Amino acid sequence: MVHLHRRTKTLTDIFDLLVIGGGNAALCAAISASRNGAKTLILEAAPKFYRGGNTRHTRNMRCAHDMATETLTGPYTESEFFDDLLRVTEGRTDEELARLMIAESKDMLTWLPRQGIRWQPSLGGTLSLGRTNSFFLGGGRAMLNALYRTAESLGVEIRYESEVIDIEIRDGRFVSATLLHEGGHRQVRASALVAASGGFEANLEWLKSSWGDAADNFLIRGTRYNRGSILKMLLDNGAQQVGDAKQCHAVAIDARAPKFDGGIITRLDCVVFGIVVNNRAERFYDEGEDIWPKRYAIWGRLVAEQPEQIAYIIFDAPSLRLFMPSMYPPFVADSVPALAQKLGLNAAALQRTVQQFNRAVRLGAFDPGRLDDCATEGLSPPKSHWARRLEAPPFYAYPVRPGITFTYLGVRINKQARIVLQDGTPSQNMFAAGEIMAGNVLGSGYAAGIGMTIGGVFGRLAGRAAANHAKD
Amino acid sequence: MTVCNACRYCEGLCAVFPAMEMRKAFGSGDLNFLANLCHDCGACYVDCPFSPPHEFNVNVPKVLAAVRAQTYEGYAWPRFLAPLFIRNGLTLAAAMPAGIGVFVLSLMLQGHPLRMSQRPAAGGIDFYAYIPHQDMVLLFGLTFLYSILAIIMSGREFWRHIGASPAHTSLSKAVWQALRDAASLRYLDGGGDGCSSALETKRDYRRLFHHMTAYGFLLCFSATSIATLYHYLLKLEAPYAWWQLPVLLGTAGGIGLSFGSAGLLVEKFRRDSALSDKRTRGAEVGFISLLLLSAVSGLLLTLLRESAALPVLLALHLGIVLTLFLALPYSKFVHGLYRFLALVRSAQERQH
Repeated sequence: MVHLHRRTKTLTDIFDLLVIGGGNAALCAAISASRNGAKTLILEAAPKFYRGGNTRHTRNMRCAHDMATETLTGPYTESEFFDDLLRVTEGRTDEELARLMIAESKDMLTWLPRQGIRWQPSLGGTLSLGRTNSFFLGGGRAMLNALYRTAESLGVEIRYESEVIDIEIRDGRFVSATLLHEGGHRQVRASALVAASGGFEANLEWLKSSWGDAADNFLIRGTRYNRGSILKMLLDNGAQQVGDAKQCHAVAIDARAPKFDGGIITRLDCVVFGIVVNNRAERFYDEGEDIWPKRYAIWGRLVAEQPEQIAYIIFDAPSLRLFMPSMYPPFVADSVPALAQKLGLNAAALQRTVQQFNRAVRLGAFDPGRLDDCATEGLSPPKSHWARRLEAPPFYAYPVRPGITFTYLGVRINKQARIVLQDGTPSQNMFAAGEIMAGNVLGSGYAAGIGMTIGGVFGRLAGRAAANHAKD
Repeated sequence: MTVCNACRYCEGLCAVFPAMEMRKAFGSGDLNFLANLCHDCGACYVDCPFSPPHEFNVNVPKVLAAVRAQTYEGYAWPRFLAPLFIRNGLTLAAAMPAGIGVFVLSLMLQGHPLRMSQRPAAGGIDFYAYIPHQDMVLLFGLTFLYSILAIIMSGREFWRHIGASPAHTSLSKAVWQALRDAASLRYLDGGGDGCSSALETKRDYRRLFHHMTAYGFLLCFSATSIATLYHYLLKLEAPYAWWQLPVLLGTAGGIGLSFGSAGLLVEKFRRDSALSDKRTRGAEVGFISLLLLSAVSGLLLTLLRESAALPVLLALHLGIVLTLFLALPYSKFVHGLYRFLALVRSAQERQH
């Protein structure tokens, strides 16, 4: 439906392509369309500083490659990538799209540097990703800055603080978009649309519709601008839905982080070095199931299921230097009951939990570099690796809450990144890339850097296909 | 710094962030070291997701610029002259007329009224007719020696304060590495993208202008040194013909220094004010202006040395250069010293 406002003005130019969104997927789409001759407009809802959605907070991209490179320590074949994806999603992926994405990801390693991005070896504390993931020199915002510079040099028109509030779709075909800019409404026409406006993780109401009141206690790790409004407009206007509203990338982050945009520096990857208790001072999951980053991304959901959506990672002195700190100092005390008091937990209950845990620990050869043989015996839930007694003061604790990175529910697409309509036919001129279609590849679970692969590969495909459509 | 240490996205941009990660606590020596290792390219500011207006308000270049200002003051020798840094622009502005005045006075004492006449100046283009060579050598020699002494004393103090050299490292290798890093301004490259004031275009202008300025300065300095050798060893007295080394080097250096310092001034004003520490602005502008003035007055002197303006230009040029020499230990000039020492330490740390 179209609700044209009286004050609506039409932008004088007619564009070949309108890209809604301003992150990795949007920019890759705009650049590839522009390189294929399309006159392109980018509408970014955020102000310039916050441009780029969650790309601002990223740092790497997972790309397949057959040989080691200057910055990658070894080969990562397409089949290994696919196996990893199958494992993390437990098979919940569109195999055809996943294989296409992985095949195309190879070329991103050379295509992105041609757009001004520079790779660097994996950062400190991320050695386990040195073979599989390519890191952006200077991080995600540096990557974005480079993409924006390239887009501008190609003549792409970029408008900030331009929120799209309505899309006119007729018979599964994009006609025009209405945007809110400086208090007025404007209408934009374009031959094709690429929707690359992210997920709905910053829309607390939407989160609550599937998570209930628990969502009130969620923290949003990235941009506050990903409210899913474009996703909703597309779904309401005939686009086919993919994925489940409850599926998302959620990790346990420092509970003291701001509601939005705390980014990487609120993350805590020390779960494996201690125990995790809820606000009743009870353990609730095997902390030593597997090493970071493989099990890093399950803890957001686990904490979300606990009362008040809060948990506490408890560890002792020998573990303090084994992981990257968050920006907040840990709580510290000389005894377990004193620590409990500082955290507002029942001191006797925490003491009991720690004692039970300590009694169950069977000593082994502690090795954070592999799945070692330090495990508990006769404890439920067990800690199956890296279990060491918590006995050397001072004792430390980090409070954690679920931190949502991005949501997976999206629009279904085909191999040209064309949006698939509810009747199963592909739209003629509507494409989607990035978080808004992540659910095609990620039914659940996560592997580090894969969000950027989805955005980059499908953005580039969408831009190319949209440019070709505009030519016809 | 806790934010940076928890993030580390900037690790590959320059030497500062790896050096930061090696430290668990930051004493004032560490801060001084990090601040002077920073070449102020600004890349970590534009690349930071937490820079203002983000609530975390991370601005590494600005914080380090403020620490650098303290370095310059804190290590000044002798100590009681440290306040010269606080109002450096003003100091330089006051010192320059004084410097020029010395030469005007000297001219007058020599009996050369500063009148412009249509005829060539009475002394032809013999500089020493206006100011005797021995006076010049004495004045500049003493000034220069004092400045060198003051700079060495400051550098020594700084080196001590940033802590003991890491064990089992080679100082000579580190110095060689630092020389290469300094000569190429490796860390003014914005992490490889080029550094500039208009942060988003990322053209490498500041590095270019700095090269022109620094190498222009070195050329001018070598022109003067060679002229001194000519004078004493070869008994060849100034003025020299255009094809002789002192004039060739001096002219090339003067041109580099003029365009370089003018360019740096322009970049200074174009630079995003969010990045700079206001306190140091006067010192920076003052020092660059002094370089610009000495280069331009030197070039004018070379060009117009056969005209009646010679005595005036000579007094002007010598006065400005004297001010520059005298100001070296108490001006932005010292950034080169501290940065170099920081580069040496950083190279030592990375030998492991």
